[in-house]
Amino acid sequence: MVTLTSYLILSAAMFIIGATGVLVRRNAIIVFMSIELMLNSVNLTLVAFSAFLGDSTGQALVFFVMTVAAAEAAVGLAIVIALFRRKQTVNLDEINILKW
Amino acid sequence: MMLAAAAAFAVIMAKINEIVGPRRETDEKVTTYESGMEPVRTARERFSVKYYMVAVLFILFDIEIVFLYPWAVSFRQLGLHGFVVMFVFMFVLLVGFVYVWRKGALEWD
Amino acid sequence: MNTYLTDILQSGALMITTITGIVLLLVEANRRGRPATSFALAIVGLLAAGMTALIQMPAHGTGFSGMVQTGGFASFFAALFAVAGAMTIALSRSYLARIGWFRGEYAILTVFAVVGMMLIAASNDLIILFLGVELMSVCLYVLAGLARVRDRSNEAALKYFLLGAFATGFLLYGIALIYGAVGSTNFEAISAAFPAISAHIMFLAGAGLVVVGLSFKVSAVPFHMWAPDVYEGAPTTVSALMSTAAKAAAFSGFLVLFVRTFHFVGAGLNTVLAVIAAASMILGNVVAIAQTNIKRMLAYSSIAHAGYMLAGVAAANAIGLMGVAFYLVAYAFMNIGAFAVVSMVEDDHEQHLTLDDYAGLSKQRPLVAALMAVFMFALAGVPPFAGFFGKYYVFLAAVEGKMTWLAIVGVLTSLISAYYYLRIVVLMYFRDGAADVAAKPSVLTMVTVVLAALLVLQLGITPSVVVQAAQRFF
Repeated sequence: MVTLTSYLILSAAMFIIGATGVLVRRNAIIVFMSIELMLNSVNLTLVAFSAFLGDSTGQALVFFVMTVAAAEAAVGLAIVIALFRRKQTVNLDEINILKW
Repeated sequence: MMLAAAAAFAVIMAKINEIVGPRRETDEKVTTYESGMEPVRTARERFSVKYYMVAVLFILFDIEIVFLYPWAVSFRQLGLHGFVVMFVFMFVLLVGFVYVWRKGALEWD
Repeated sequence: MNTYLTDILQSGALMITTITGIVLLLVEANRRGRPATSFALAIVGLLAAGMTALIQMPAHGTGFSGMVQTGGFASFFAALFAVAGAMTIALSRSYLARIGWFRGEYAILTVFAVVGMMLIAASNDLIILFLGVELMSVCLYVLAGLARVRDRSNEAALKYFLLGAFATGFLLYGIALIYGAVGSTNFEAISAAFPAISAHIMFLAGAGLVVVGLSFKVSAVPFHMWAPDVYEGAPTTVSALMSTAAKAAAFSGFLVLFVRTFHFVGAGLNTVLAVIAAASMILGNVVAIAQTNIKRMLAYSSIAHAGYMLAGVAAANAIGLMGVAFYLVAYAFMNIGAFAVVSMVEDDHEQHLTLDDYAGLSKQRPLVAALMAVFMFALAGVPPFAGFFGKYYVFLAAVEGKMTWLAIVGVLTSLISAYYYLRIVVLMYFRDGAADVAAKPSVLTMVTVVLAALLVLQLGITPSVVVQAAQRFF
């Protein structure tokens, strides 16, 4: 029997993996992929809640998250391309004119 | 307990296979799998930024269409109101498309 | 069909701004359209939206099947965002032309960012809150990287984007957990679930994650790391928008969610907010002293101001709310003014941004120096300028909310802050230097900055206008 808790644990694990990826990886594209993983883990949480609560709002929110994530991906990749054309690198350690 | 035993068994079998099994890396084996096609050259090369433009625009307009599915499924219940609202949505999307088009983002040359 | 029309009319400001944005897209799509047309249209549209918001403020209700609120709180903030957006567009015209990025897209993105901010303030549902935050943020990511051949601008955009998207993940996870705990995303339903829900572990985790997401957007410690880099790297007028309107929008999210919906029942959330507030005040003000770049200094000052405002939110009483609303209005005008002066002194190649470049400014440009002095006094919280009353109200709220320690931290750090604000005044008036203002500021810019200074003075002398409006919201 798959319970709500299993879904929640899986999505929490995915979220933590994504968050860890953001913090430890130094390649801008991989960091961005980790962020997408975080967003998708949230989608899983929402769908699980939606199914177990018998309420469709969660699924509606998932659609919005997907579209917003696509828009964010477009903008984010455009920024990375603009930066790459100037500096020929996507390594975050080399992007350091402004001190962190 | 059962789960742990099953997981341990799987890992042990895989490891034994790895240690005991013979290894011969031929050209055929290490090459990229392309559904039977011979890979012509490396895939890691730079390609024109124009592909990128098209890809990004595709993602955007493609994903926005996802809203049409729930609308289409419950079209009868939503009635005229839903119809009008969806047309407003499509109009906004169309404005975005006109902008992209007139800015020349779709021109290849 | 009839209710649909009522919905549209009720949220007039939101609709006018959205339509302005769509019209601007079409104008820009026309190849003969010139940026100046877009800028003028955007300013007119935003001012019209601001007027509509002010007119609709007395009527309070909800619209679009309870998804958004209309009038009252939403209108108050809509007016603020519209005016702040119009002011930054007006300031940007000559600045962008000077640095070579005078594009119609700037106006479009600013208008859509303002739509996002209005959605946050008007949200009556977690979905709308999320959409508002994202619409605003995505527009600001692009604006930060507008000058795409400048290394700093690129870098600011990348950092803002990566950390912003990271924070969005937390915000969204928080929203999902709250939805799971309550079973609805509507604020009224969430509000009705209290106090039964207040000890629910899933709800508390969700609320905590939302605090993280929103704290990032207001640049409060420890989620402030992006602010100095982004404010320094982004074009100066974009920094003005980000530090004022965008911050106010995130604070309106705080107010809507934590004060109106959660009522601060149980949770201990206000203690968490108080600690974040104190940390922001201390770190922002202390690190600001060490800065030599004026944009970085203003960024740390902005972190500190986020701390003062969070103190008002954490106090969780009527004065606090009113104080935060007033503070946001006052801060918007003082900081837009300060960044405007920075944009005038800055030259075309990202030079003249250090504090030393302000030495002797009063001799070369007496009016600009006088205006800068007004904004610096106001930021330091010296009466009779608007900043004084903002601080007064939030500290008073902290004392009444039994958080006297927070008020003490606030007053002490305000004293520290006076040092670095007044240092600029001293440099401008009592030091000789080769202050070298790049170009003569345009009439439009000067009019806007003078207007901002007058508003700062006006709000300081008669704060009751805003205060009375703000008192009716909760």
